[in-house]
Amino acid sequence: MSALLEIRDARRSFVTPEGGRLAALDGVSLDVGANEFVTLLGPSGCGKTTLLRAISGFETLDGGTMRLGGADLTGLPPFRRLVNTVFQSYALFGHMTVARNVGYALEVAGVARAARAAQVAEALEKVGLGGMGTRRPGQLSGGQRQRVALARAIIAKPRLLLLDEPLSALDRNLRQQMQLELKMLQHSLGIAFIFVTHDQEEALTMSDRIVVMRAGRIEQIGTPRDIYRHPKNRFVAEFIGETNLLPVTIDRVEGSQAVARTADGVELLLPGAGRNLGEQVTVVLRPADFTLGTAGIPGTVSRAVYLGSDLYVFVQPHAGGPELRVIARDTEGVQAGATVHLSHDPSRIHVLEAA
Amino acid sequence: MAMTRQSVVLGVLLAPVTLFLGVFFLLPLCIIALFSLLTPGLYGGVEWAFYHWNYGRIFGWADGIIEIFEPIYLQILLRSLGFAALTVLLTLFLCYPVAFWVSRLSQRWRLVFLFLITLPFFCSLIVRLYAWLLILKPTGILNSTLLWTGLVTEPLEILYTPTAVVLGMVYVMVPFMFLPLYAAVDNLDQAQVEASLDLGANRVQTFLKVILPQTLPGIMGGAVIVFIPSVGNFVVPDVLGGAKGLMIGNLVEQQFLSSRNWPFGSALSMIIMAVVLMVLLVAVTRARKVGGHA
Repeated sequence: MSALLEIRDARRSFVTPEGGRLAALDGVSLDVGANEFVTLLGPSGCGKTTLLRAISGFETLDGGTMRLGGADLTGLPPFRRLVNTVFQSYALFGHMTVARNVGYALEVAGVARAARAAQVAEALEKVGLGGMGTRRPGQLSGGQRQRVALARAIIAKPRLLLLDEPLSALDRNLRQQMQLELKMLQHSLGIAFIFVTHDQEEALTMSDRIVVMRAGRIEQIGTPRDIYRHPKNRFVAEFIGETNLLPVTIDRVEGSQAVARTADGVELLLPGAGRNLGEQVTVVLRPADFTLGTAGIPGTVSRAVYLGSDLYVFVQPHAGGPELRVIARDTEGVQAGATVHLSHDPSRIHVLEAA
Repeated sequence: MAMTRQSVVLGVLLAPVTLFLGVFFLLPLCIIALFSLLTPGLYGGVEWAFYHWNYGRIFGWADGIIEIFEPIYLQILLRSLGFAALTVLLTLFLCYPVAFWVSRLSQRWRLVFLFLITLPFFCSLIVRLYAWLLILKPTGILNSTLLWTGLVTEPLEILYTPTAVVLGMVYVMVPFMFLPLYAAVDNLDQAQVEASLDLGANRVQTFLKVILPQTLPGIMGGAVIVFIPSVGNFVVPDVLGGAKGLMIGNLVEQQFLSSRNWPFGSALSMIIMAVVLMVLLVAVTRARKVGGHA
């Protein structure tokens, strides 16, 4: 089955105030399936918003092609694309009621008033705002406006919904609730979502696939688990979640296991397949993959941060040396100054392809 | 009753403007209203006796002996309203697109343009209108240029016509229309325009359903600020208008300065004021309905 959205070698650069050129999109290729939740993740300025605006038609590409359902999008104005957007600022029409906001796409398409009213009520119901149609956007809370923007964007049944950091203005609890609701909505609508965010937790929670971007390029595309467990490079490893990035030298290979040694003498176990003696690599080990116990790497706790159910512990194997980050259950009674031992499952160590 | 400190401070701050407006605006207004109902003095001034013919001459209940009904006054009033409305429309059409253009300029060029639009205020209105006179007269710059290019064979008769009056008023009023329009256009939420396009509205629909309603306060503001001084304007028709361009403001001026019929001039003033107020009331309430601003 061919993809719903095919992007091939998209390029776009801007002139900076200093007169230079900045590549916001530097050869981006991406396929999005018909029923897929794809997240564009990256720091600000990585090109994710430019890519989104190019799909919706508000940016034109300098080069490359975009096809939606097989049809070329080049030169097509925003109002001719079967794509709708939930804007970061919501961009609700302040001079219209909630109902007219939600029904706007139908109104401009010439749908009769009665048919429109039924669909508006249905869409409002879907986002949990039944009966709010007569209010004005100014009378709603941030979360409610968010839902109106959502209802307005899905009412015309687009094949692809674009969401530009829609949750960034909400408080934490509401944001987490909306993450789950968005995922469910995407399922029930059966359309593709492209979600832009710089929040890695959001990306991990909702996505079928995550596209990690930096400086106009795609660094890695993969499922949340793939991206988290097997980051391709240092940037992806550091951007997605807390991590221990350790440059090591392979010390010896013993059967199916290899032993790697860091500069200050800490020994780690990793799968031996493909590893060569004396090889220098960077390994990734997530804080939660260490176990605090009585055997393993000895170290001193330099700091312990209480996180609720967990304890975030910084362990120094050598006084004054680099710290290892560990997340442990808060049952150990661990505190600063204590001596602990760290062990880990060798299969949880990931070796970066590139440094 | 102890007054709070806050209300004392507020009172002190508001006193000067209240006093100023009371003495120099409200009081003269009352005098005009009173004079419009008094008998004209023989050599100007008033005689303190009730006299309704001032209004009778205008609206048609004159006695036909001392005071004669002349429909010309109402005609001139109507003409003035027409000229003012035309001025509003023309300045609006001139300024609206420019406001969009200026709001997209870089910060620096925007300031330059805003300075340029206020530049006319640095020069006396009379001087500027006489410059127009030099441009529009049969041997003026406009006609000699047109004749030279061969676009016309006879000089155009623009000076001392209604066209010249409207042209002059449009010229004078452009900054007054532009500034409130610009403020509204500059405030326009670009994201809402994009949202409209994104939801399938074409450019015309987006303009009518989003851009126009959002900038309506600016349009109404500009229209009011241009309309009011235009109706009563007497300087522009005085310099550029001639007999056919006479406006109600000139009539009032004549009554006070040449004919020395103060009560009749006062009656004309009251009528201008009443008509302007009525027009504004209708316009504002209508705009409220269209714009949907509660």
